[in-house]
Amino acid sequence: MEHREERTPFLEVRDLVVEYFTKESVVYAVNGVSLTVDKGQTLGLVGETGAGKTTIAKSILRILPDVGARMVQGEIFLEGQDLTRISEGEMREVRGKKISMIFQDPMTALNPVQTVGAQIEEVVALHTQGTKADFHRRAEEMLEMVGIPKERYGEYPHQFSGGMKQRVVIAIALACNPELLLADEPTTALDVTIQAQVLRLISELKEKLGTSMILITHDMGVVATFCDQVAVVYAGNIVEYGTKEQIFDHRSHPYTIGLFGAIPDMRSDETRLHPIEGLPPDPTNLPEGCAFWPRCKFATERCKQGKIAMALTADGHLCRCCNLEIVSEEGGEAACQHQSLK
Amino acid sequence: MSAPVIEVKGLKKYFPTPRGLLHAVDDVTLKIEKGSTLGVVGESGCGKSTLGRTIIHLLERTDGKIYLNGNDISDLKGKKLKAAREKMQIIFQDPYSSIDPRKTVEATICEPLKVAKKYSRQEIAKISEELMDLVGIDQRLRVSYPHELDGGRRQRVGIARALALNPDFVVCDEPVSALDVSIQAQVLNLLKDLQEKRGLTYLFVTHNLSVVRHISDQICVMYLGQVVELCPTKELFERPLHPYTKALLSAIPSTDIHHPNKPEILEGELTSPINPKPGCRFAARCKYEAAVCAEPQKQEEIAPGHFVRCCRIREIHEK
Repeated sequence: MEHREERTPFLEVRDLVVEYFTKESVVYAVNGVSLTVDKGQTLGLVGETGAGKTTIAKSILRILPDVGARMVQGEIFLEGQDLTRISEGEMREVRGKKISMIFQDPMTALNPVQTVGAQIEEVVALHTQGTKADFHRRAEEMLEMVGIPKERYGEYPHQFSGGMKQRVVIAIALACNPELLLADEPTTALDVTIQAQVLRLISELKEKLGTSMILITHDMGVVATFCDQVAVVYAGNIVEYGTKEQIFDHRSHPYTIGLFGAIPDMRSDETRLHPIEGLPPDPTNLPEGCAFWPRCKFATERCKQGKIAMALTADGHLCRCCNLEIVSEEGGEAACQHQSLK
Repeated sequence: MSAPVIEVKGLKKYFPTPRGLLHAVDDVTLKIEKGSTLGVVGESGCGKSTLGRTIIHLLERTDGKIYLNGNDISDLKGKKLKAAREKMQIIFQDPYSSIDPRKTVEATICEPLKVAKKYSRQEIAKISEELMDLVGIDQRLRVSYPHELDGGRRQRVGIARALALNPDFVVCDEPVSALDVSIQAQVLNLLKDLQEKRGLTYLFVTHNLSVVRHISDQICVMYLGQVVELCPTKELFERPLHPYTKALLSAIPSTDIHHPNKPEILEGELTSPINPKPGCRFAARCKYEAAVCAEPQKQEEIAPGHFVRCCRIREIHEK
């Protein structure tokens, strides 16, 4: 095994490339993503639909579809162990026990013909030693932990509301005290008051168990409240990466700046929004160079060719843009104007 | 002053279900002035969309009165109803399912014009061209089918179709919630521009509070079929009165990392809207619940233009 000087991060993804292919075309879903998550930390993955956020999470858990998807390259280290090199049997030990995932849609993530209790028990029985009674007790404990009375153990998913179903999904994900939780838009399908309940629940459990988390979302409010680090994903690539403070206070990439400008601000009285012109690129036919250049007002000839590397702008703050000086001058001005309007 | 474009008094819409009557809209009273936007917010299943659809007669009301430009349209039938409907249109939530997949963009936009039977073929062609320019769809997409368009463009087609007959009043039923944020901003700006250009009046249904704050002049907060608070936008965000509104506003995660919101967590979930008890519907989750809350609640004007449905509101705010 390769020896590294600095301490190993809890999770490290290096240069991940994933493609989906059909007879006619290849979808370049993830194009060289590298990221790290430390113990107990939360990394937010933000970006638009189709940016590749969910594909990144599925690659970590190795649950990409067998047919039609291909992990072209990349290494995924969990506590120094490369998950891409272990056998499917060994991976099964990891799934649900070390890493688990909360899926976006609680309405479809549960098995409709199995009681919710049995679905929690299934994970417990798979990963822990004990008797049937132990598993049953653990499943009941998990239900209580997410705020569902254990009397509802024998009920079916359709007897629960959306928020309750998402709690069941969370109970399943947390049943074996995973060390890493992949939460894929855990609250997008829920109402705000229920979202507040569910997010509070996740963060309480996270604190109690010291779980690390990758939180996929497009809600900047959720990112601001729950994440330590943020990675902004565009067309299968991380375009900006840094701590929450760096991204929210000193955003540098034109896409990140645009993304923030497009959200109606709860505190400003501006009458017009500033949408990003144009559309996200077709992932089967990504533009040469920086994937964002066709929509970027700072684009120059340099942006249209070759690979754009991540540049370090501050301690740990990475940005994939070759016109950073110009952007930070003009973008900074725009940000100042935005501030003064508040 | 001219009559409000839409006025609704004591509107009720109940759906029969095997377990009893579902009170989707219960005793809603509101007014929308010309050229303004009323935002309707609330959690899923609280009757926001049903309210919009009942006002424009897509659903038959159970009780109450609906006025369009001061005329009672509650019981219109036949030709008169058809004429009234031309003045009231709707933009649907999901641009993927609300547009006929087998019709071209042009055919979709022209359909209301053909149904109206007032325009010659030349006029229809001319109006549809103008509409496409108005909502920003390239003329080259005239003969494209919906599957060739992205969500933002499809929603523009839906908007053009709604505006074809030059309505006074448009119900926007979550028009941007199926779209990505960068596209969402484009469509919101378009809706605002159209409102200015054509003097449109909107009823804007959404669950996204930052969107509603951005687009509305007035906001009405619904809870299980009833309006719990109705007032100008600024006032609602600065001085929310109803306990539910307060909890709702506090639950929005703040995008300001230096001033995070402290969410007031509501225990419990929505109670069933089927055969609800006569009292306040929020009482079960409300921290101010008292015996009086079991009585039927009335919508009261607490301050000029600020309506609240809560019998303890004065008591709560004196503390």
